[in-house]
Amino acid sequence: MQKLIKNGVVSNDNWTVLKVASGPEVLQAAPGKAMIIPLQLWKDFREEVEEYTGSIAIWLDSNETVDRIGPDLHTLPLIALNFPAFSDGRSYTSARELRESLNYEGEIRAIGDVLRDQIYYMSRCGFDSFALRHDQDPEACLAAFKDFKTGYQSSVAEPLPLFRRR
Amino acid sequence: MYQYDNYDHQMLRDRVAQFRDQTARYLEGKLSESEFLPLRLQNGLYIQRLAPMLRIAVPYGMLSSIQLRKLAYIANHYDKGYGHFTTRQNIQFNWPALEDLPDLLADLAEVEMHAIQTSGNCIRNTTTDQFAGVAPDELEDSRSYCEIIRQWSSFHPEFAFLPRKFKIAVCGTKIDQAATQVHDIGIYLITGADGEVGFRILVGGGLGRTPILGKEVFEFVEKKHLLTALDAILRVYNREGRRDNKYKARIKILVKETGLEEFKRKVNLEWELIKDSSLQLTEEEISRCGSFFSDPAYQQLEDQPDTLKQQLSENILFTNWYEQNVNPHKKAGYSIVTVCFKATGVAPGDVSDIQLNALADLADKYSFGEVRVTHDQNVVLADVQQQELHSLWQELQSKAMASQNLGLMSDLICCPGGDFCALANAKSIPIAESIQRKFDDFDELKNIGKLSLNISGCMNACGHHHVGNIGILGVDKKGEEFYQVSMGGSSSNEASLGKIIGPAFAQEEIPDVIETIVGVYKSNRETGEDFIDTYRRLGIAPFKEKVYAKAD
Repeated sequence: MQKLIKNGVVSNDNWTVLKVASGPEVLQAAPGKAMIIPLQLWKDFREEVEEYTGSIAIWLDSNETVDRIGPDLHTLPLIALNFPAFSDGRSYTSARELRESLNYEGEIRAIGDVLRDQIYYMSRCGFDSFALRHDQDPEACLAAFKDFKTGYQSSVAEPLPLFRRR
Repeated sequence: MYQYDNYDHQMLRDRVAQFRDQTARYLEGKLSESEFLPLRLQNGLYIQRLAPMLRIAVPYGMLSSIQLRKLAYIANHYDKGYGHFTTRQNIQFNWPALEDLPDLLADLAEVEMHAIQTSGNCIRNTTTDQFAGVAPDELEDSRSYCEIIRQWSSFHPEFAFLPRKFKIAVCGTKIDQAATQVHDIGIYLITGADGEVGFRILVGGGLGRTPILGKEVFEFVEKKHLLTALDAILRVYNREGRRDNKYKARIKILVKETGLEEFKRKVNLEWELIKDSSLQLTEEEISRCGSFFSDPAYQQLEDQPDTLKQQLSENILFTNWYEQNVNPHKKAGYSIVTVCFKATGVAPGDVSDIQLNALADLADKYSFGEVRVTHDQNVVLADVQQQELHSLWQELQSKAMASQNLGLMSDLICCPGGDFCALANAKSIPIAESIQRKFDDFDELKNIGKLSLNISGCMNACGHHHVGNIGILGVDKKGEEFYQVSMGGSSSNEASLGKIIGPAFAQEEIPDVIETIVGVYKSNRETGEDFIDTYRRLGIAPFKEKVYAKAD
């Protein structure tokens, strides 16, 4: 089973990310699992999703904005945000919008090109789980959370910017 | 000047440790070239033609004498004895070895300096007018707002991987010396309807391949909303800026393609969400940052003392330097002195370890221990007593730093060009030198008067050629270096972009072409007209005609 970092510790990953799916057949073929499905599939096939016997979460690519999720956002236990390349910074904004503008309290997971040196900023933007790229050592990546003791900006853990804490 | 507290120091130490670890992993082969690239860039490190290049941040151009001496040490210890002032008020070194960098950065951190976010697709050093705080025409000192922006933009977790680099300038003076309108965000301090000082915010200015002047996105923003407004702009840009084409990734293209009104609507939607969040500035924070830039211990002095008048009447060389390099100060009896680093034969902006140490000594002796780097690659001593100007000038002379060409044509802006830079299409330093040699007569330079001449070795435009009254751009034509000449650019309040005069020239033709252009100006100018005024009155046609008539 794939390892990931969740809430600051290395744990087993129970979720399966369905990267590509054209229709709901894939759900029927794998009943009773924990599936992270593409946003569009979730929007297009609500009935099939409702009937699914396992758990459903969604993932958004970096060009999909969080306002597309709609009012059922808070029913989702997990939202995964994809990094097609680590240098594509759009999902940082998506995470902050989910946490700060939409008050989403479920798990926000980084998927895709997730590397040690980006974890710290990701965590400050509201990501709390990290499905690292396969070549990354999850244990070694834990050190990333301690890269900085604090920052000038607010974060999910520190809701006030430094100028209000000084 | 801003003083670090424990938080600032801690963050800097953490950053040095982080980069030390990243460099070690890279050298061990655990971090790939492409993964290390943005990390090293965000720590100011380029790999250049001959060696790495390290760009050190000089926040809004301010340097203390202690920092200058540390830079002199770095020039001497890690480099070949010199550095280079850039067009964004920073300083860069061309020869440090990669494995020495973590130590070099630790040395810098001792004096509250670093190379953070001086490169890469992130928010860069915030720049301002070099006369901030001392200019007589200033609304408010812009430096405290620059410092507020520096802190907000440093290690901003959301905006470290933007589509492209992002530059912000703030201007609080009436005469804009910060090239504010050609920045991704340009901020002017203005007085609002109720008499309160706030900000007018322009977005989408920039040079490079697609030169554009910034467009007004916020007509007036209250002080407390400075950071919320910036956050909203950056968020729209991070989400929607183009990432498919490096040359279309700057915010100017987003503004252009979205349309200004629609862009403003999007920014305002975002702003509404965060306006009243904890990011709203507090009065305490504004006055805390302001307190670092309060007036030094000025003395009550007579303005224009007799001793100065006497010295000016006795020495024409001193008078020449005084007229070009000395500006009025807000405080009676004080002057602003600009040390011009454009001596002929020296690459514009180049500064030796000896000069850096000398500047530190002069700053201590004459100007409360501080200097400012200007965007046109010179250095300002901001608080010099008028009665000391003559002895300062004598000391500058003895150190070969009394170039009296400030603001004149030979005080040109020039990027490092093909001699150093891996991006350049053509050399720029030899062009600068050939022009300086052609125009080396001070009386003639003075007769020509105020004229900005800017040279870039490629279309990335580090030499700001689009906003030079005369601009020169190095281009590559089938492996040969040619130079395109433009006219009519200006980075002042009435900013404008230069127009290309016609087909490019060979390197050796350039000094004559410039002489012809200047000749057309001299024979057509009316009383009191600077070069740019005559150009604006006549248009490009008479210049073009003469330049190409001669070439035929």
